[in-house]
Amino acid sequence: MRHDFIDRYSRIDSPIHRRPTWIKVVLAISNVITVVAVPISYTLFFGIIGSLLLLIAQMSKIPKIFLLKRIILLEPFIMMIAMLSLFQVNGGIIFLSIVTKSTLCLFTMILLSNTTPFSELLDFLKRLRFPHLLITILALMYRYLFVLIDEKERMHRARESRSFKKNKAHVWISKSAIIAQLFVRSTERAERIYSAMCARGWK
Amino acid sequence: MHIPDGFLDTKTIVATTTLSAVGFSIALRNLKNRIIPRQVPMMGLAAAFVFVAQMLNFPIIGGTSGHLIGSVLIAVLLGPSAAVIVITLVLLVQCFFFADGGLLALGANVFNMAIVGSLFGYSIYLAIYKIIPTEKGRYLAIGFASWCSTVLASIFCAGELACAGSVNWKMAFPAMTNIHMLIGIGEGMITTLVIATIQRTRAELLSLDAHKIKASRYKEFLVYGVVIVIGLILFVLPFISKLPDGLEKVAAMLGFEYKTLVEPIVPSPIIDYQFPGIGSPVLATWIAGVVGAVVVFVLASIFSHFLAVKSEKQAH
Repeated sequence: MRHDFIDRYSRIDSPIHRRPTWIKVVLAISNVITVVAVPISYTLFFGIIGSLLLLIAQMSKIPKIFLLKRIILLEPFIMMIAMLSLFQVNGGIIFLSIVTKSTLCLFTMILLSNTTPFSELLDFLKRLRFPHLLITILALMYRYLFVLIDEKERMHRARESRSFKKNKAHVWISKSAIIAQLFVRSTERAERIYSAMCARGWK
Repeated sequence: MHIPDGFLDTKTIVATTTLSAVGFSIALRNLKNRIIPRQVPMMGLAAAFVFVAQMLNFPIIGGTSGHLIGSVLIAVLLGPSAAVIVITLVLLVQCFFFADGGLLALGANVFNMAIVGSLFGYSIYLAIYKIIPTEKGRYLAIGFASWCSTVLASIFCAGELACAGSVNWKMAFPAMTNIHMLIGIGEGMITTLVIATIQRTRAELLSLDAHKIKASRYKEFLVYGVVIVIGLILFVLPFISKLPDGLEKVAAMLGFEYKTLVEPIVPSPIIDYQFPGIGSPVLATWIAGVVGAVVVFVLASIFSHFLAVKSEKQAH
């Protein structure tokens, strides 16, 4: 399992990556807010935002196929819910508005997450005086997410190589067992982590 | 059902974010008062665990697959306030790093899944478990509560979409609720299976006993309840109450039409069934919902019977 799938390209070098975290976060959030707030009739505005985003994507040297894949991955959900909006009075315009805004915001967040390493984001939150407990939990979550994913993969492979029955019931039982085992191992691991942190002076 | 950006308008965003912020800070305060340093790594691991658990796909009908939300699972394992925090953090990371769920829609998603899902679900679990305090009753409670948490979250989601004017309530409510009643079955079964497996392998981890809920916790629930009720008032009730309005409209229109008709004969059978027709898909869904809930309850009790019988056999 690649241990960087969340922010895979966040540590490459580019003019965008070099900018301080707070600028990227503030710009991203204000972009999302304005895109949501401005009515769809201002088509020029949305065109400009779209071009700006594409420009940033180009400058950030993130592989375009990667960006495209991420957008395509999430677009169906947007489409499915948006299609429900067609069944009302101004349906067409609302549909257009939803899809445009969603895609632009989606693009913004994808760019943000792939130009800012997670640890820098946590640092930023710490400076904003986010509750210390939450930052610790987030950091631990990020740190052990990949460990748990590896464990899940191992358990899954072990199950697959030992089971002959492929019917649905067995899939459900085996996956539930994996989740249960994951939790049990998580509790044990948490105990060890606590001891390790205490041994290194954490309070 | 993470709502992306662009589906909600400003007033809905402000309302949901405020409610979520309130609910979240209550949960945070409760947790801070109760948590000891030893439990902090567990919270981090629990968040990672929920994340990974949500990645597992379970085959449903045909080629589709569904996945767990896990709000009731964590609520049963770690307590309701912990559940609110953990699910919120998972949603936060999913929003920032997978763009799964919009940034401004975070308030709505947190409210639907972390707050309503965890707390409402947990309350249902406690209620049923208190009534049937056996092992079988516990599994029944967990299964049904998980189903309820999914369905309730979808109802609020439909309400928020309708409130924002993006999707008509009459479209959103049936669509969202029907799909999530099916998905909820998956959630119910998986959550129950997971708890049952933990019960069989490491029973000491499930130390929460419904009977020992102290009086002080009822006060917490009261505050949570207020938050959820405000959400109900804002996002669900305005649309439910349209049913009688529809009927009143029909009466008014009939009366008006009658006056304009030249013939004195009352054309009562020839009522334009268009208007009751709009009301009835929603009504039909409500009725289906009640029936569905009863069916799920029965299914959950059958399921839990088998689980409980199995673990009794294993114990001997």
